[in-house]
This record gives sequence, C-alpha cells and structure tokens, in this order.
Amino acid sequence: MKAFTYERAADARAAVAAAAARANAKFIAGGTNLLDLMRLEIEQPAHLIDISRLPLQAIDDEPGGGLRLGAQARNSDTAADPRVRTRYPLLSQALLAGASAQLRNKASIGGNLLQRTRCAYFYDTTAPCNKRTPGGGCAAIGGLNRNHAILGASDACIATNPSDMAVALMALDAEVELLGATGASRRVALRDFYLLPETTPHIETVVHPGELITAVVLPRAPAGRQLYRKVRDRASYEFALVSVGVLLAVEKGTVEEVRVALGGVAHKPWRALEAEAVLRGRAPSVAAYQAAADAALARAVGRGHNDFKIELAKRTLVDALTKAGRP
Amino acid sequence: MPKSTPGVERAARPAAKPAAPTGAPTQKLELEVNRTSYALDVDVRTSLLDALREHLHLTGTKKGCDHGQCGACTVLIEGRRINACLTLAVMHEGDQITTIEGLGAPEALHPMQAAFLARDALQCGYCTPGQICSAVGMLVEVAAGWPSHATPDVGTRPVELTDGEIRERMSGNLCRCCAYPNILAAIRDVASGPNGGRSP
Repeated sequence: MKAFTYERAADARAAVAAAAARANAKFIAGGTNLLDLMRLEIEQPAHLIDISRLPLQAIDDEPGGGLRLGAQARNSDTAADPRVRTRYPLLSQALLAGASAQLRNKASIGGNLLQRTRCAYFYDTTAPCNKRTPGGGCAAIGGLNRNHAILGASDACIATNPSDMAVALMALDAEVELLGATGASRRVALRDFYLLPETTPHIETVVHPGELITAVVLPRAPAGRQLYRKVRDRASYEFALVSVGVLLAVEKGTVEEVRVALGGVAHKPWRALEAEAVLRGRAPSVAAYQAAADAALARAVGRGHNDFKIELAKRTLVDALTKAGRP
Repeated sequence: MPKSTPGVERAARPAAKPAAPTGAPTQKLELEVNRTSYALDVDVRTSLLDALREHLHLTGTKKGCDHGQCGACTVLIEGRRINACLTLAVMHEGDQITTIEGLGAPEALHPMQAAFLARDALQCGYCTPGQICSAVGMLVEVAAGWPSHATPDVGTRPVELTDGEIRERMSGNLCRCCAYPNILAAIRDVASGPNGGRSP
C-alpha cells in the first residue's frame, strides 16, 4: 500500500473543504472496497479523509411518505430498519443478498454506490485494463468473461457494477444528494448517476472530484409487491451472475405499476424501461412476463463465456415477476 | 491513563515494529481493546488486524485472506462483528474493540467458546476465533430482530433462528476444514440456551 496522510473530518462541510485543499484526496467510509484496492495499489490516494463518523447516519422520514437514508447509514442498519423492511422490502432484500454480515456492518450507503467493479482483470495489475489504466486495453474482451456485461458494454470495457443495493435503488427511483466543495448541494436521480463505459470506463459516475454523497432519498414507493431475486455461483456471500429487482402492482387484472431493474449485467445497475412499457396496462401472465423479459434483453450481446447470462436474466426476470404477480 | 503493557513497549521499539519506509506518515492513537487502553504509534496504513497482532501481540485474531473474504479476522467493534483486515487502526480510536482474548479466558470460557469445544466445532482451529466472534455478534443481531437473506419475509419480527438462518448469517466465515456441521451445532446450542446466547 502506498503511503498516505489521514484526517478525520469533523463535519460534511469540513470534509469537502479538506478534499478541495488536497491533491489526490479520497473519502473513506466503511473502507471495505477502498482499502482492498489500496492494498493492491489500484487506488493510490495521497490523503484519506475519514467520513465514517460524520453525522450522516440517520434514516429519516421524508414529507410525502419517502425516506432519506444518510450516506453513512450502515448497510446492515438500513436493511434492518423497520421502515425499509415494510415500505421498501426490495431494498432490504437486496442489501441482505450482498456481501457478508461483517461487511454489511461496515459498508455505508454512499460507499456501496461507489464500489468498484469486481472484474478479475481490473484487480490483476499485470493484465491490461482500460478502467485501471485508460488506453491500456481490455483483457476481459476475448478473455475469461463469464461474469461480464451483456448490456451497455463497449469495446473498451465489459465490466459490471457489483452492487445489489443499487439495483433496488434504481427500481425505487432513488435520488443521490451530493455536497460540493463550495458547500452547494445538488440532487441527481440514480438513473443519471452512473455512466456507461463507452471510451472512458475509468469515469463511472457523475460525481465531481471532491464531491461528497450525503444522502440517498427514496420517494414514496408505489403500491405493489417488491421482490429481489439474485442468482449466483454459491448460495451466499457471492456477487450476482444476474439479479433482478421488481415492483409489480396488479389492479383488477391489469398491471397498474411495474418497475424492473437488473444487476450483474451492465456497467451500471440497469433499469429496464422497455420491459416496464410492455407490462404496464397489460393483464399479468407468464406470456406477458416473457415478452417483458425479451424486451429487457433485446439489445443484449454475449462475449462468449457470458452468453448464458442473456437467457438466465430472462428466466430470472420471468420468475421474479411471476412470484410478484401472484394474487 | 492508557496502561503500558510489555507488548506495547516492545511495539514502541523500532526493531519490533513493522518498519515504515522513510517518510511514511505515522500517527499516535489509543485503542480500547478488551477493556484495556493501549497507546500506539503506527504507520497510518496499519490495518486494525495488524495493529492487534503485530503491535499489541493479541494473536488470537487470525489473518486469513487479508481481503475480507474469509472472516478469520472477525472482531467485535461496539459489539458488532466486522473484518479487522479491511479497516484502519486509526479509524477506531475511541471504539470498544473485543477480540477472542476478551470474550473469555481458559478458566472462564465464553458460552460460545465452551460450545465450540463441546461440539468439536473445529479441526485445525485457524478460523475458530473468527467463527466465535462472528457467532457472538450474530446472536446479538438476531436478538435485535435483524432479518437475513434466509428470512422468508423481511417484514417478519422476531426472526426464527432456523439452521438455514444460522448458515446464511455465518456465510462470512469460511472453514477450510469444513467443520460447518459442528459449528452450526455449537451455535444452535448457545442460541437455544439462556438469554438467547447473548453475553451477560
């Protein structure tokens, strides 16, 4: 690990001011991904600003029935919060499907959003990687790409976003609250938060250098059954091959509201608006779910080892919708 | 006042401390481990795990993968289980840290330690301190009504601690000897004992 200096920020304003004052500074919260990357010297910050004790840990009700998750709320506390469990069970399920209990006790909401891909070539510093070294090439294309993206990938990068939580947040239309160095706050819809790899896979989000995530805001969840379904190589403590987050409301034999998001398939948590359009206003049936799944994966491209993910994603989505649509 | 211990005095001498390259920033800090305060001066890169093992010589906490994948380094911070390898020592000043050495002693075992012995819940024993600390933290989470991936409906409270729940909740602790059946039995014994297995 490269040497760095360390400070603990007193409050959020002090944290962003500290980040603006130093070159190559990084915030550290749970540290569960960042420290691993620093040990491998993939991340080499010169200065760490500890934000883990900032007073951003509360989960508060929002006017209108929403919920505001402080960026420093732990993944475990968030999953166990009674309001999350009853109003946003999709989020609770997604959080609990990720990592281990020890990691969830450390990992923060803001940090989870910013965790890096688990592409093995990104972590293998002897392999070319455009995300690690822009312009270096991509070892996953033409390499062992069983875990890689089938949607929205580019010739520069086929890595996937590893977060379960973000898939749920995407389906729930979450917004991310950011604090800039000037003290100005802004909100970004999670749908606009992540970037596709295109030719710049090292740029993953719209977060400006030195900006701090202070909260994730959930609007009131529409009525309907919420379900997170994750398929992986072992039963627990493993990243998704494919995951699906759905919300489905059926009224008088018609789909009134539907949300579909996919994980493990793209550089970002993937909202499948095409699938939602197929289902909205239609009578729920396996055929309709199949049509929605076909629409969601219509533009999917396999890279060889990961071809199976296209069919797996469709079947997982049909399965989740079928369960959510049961009377 | 922090108590000075032989381990810390040794750690304070350059020869016993992992040598920091010239100019690498260091920091003085106090760590509260097993209800004892220790004064340290560490390279800021030092993980909590290395601080415990190499500076305080509390070697009960094990280093397995050093990447947060095996759980051998599990300790309790304010009663919550975490991986000591994936956090910096400097981030834990003021926290109550409990390691396997603080849970019980040979003459006064923690109920979870006693259950692991009674059930022969180990072979080589390397993962055992992490398993035990994790299991102790896990039962606190269950008592607080936390759901898990194995909980059929996350809205349910309290949680029924089935074998499937224990397996899922302990998935962050790997055992290469595959002593899992007896680890499960040991935890089940403690959970069904007095006070749901929570420490008195």
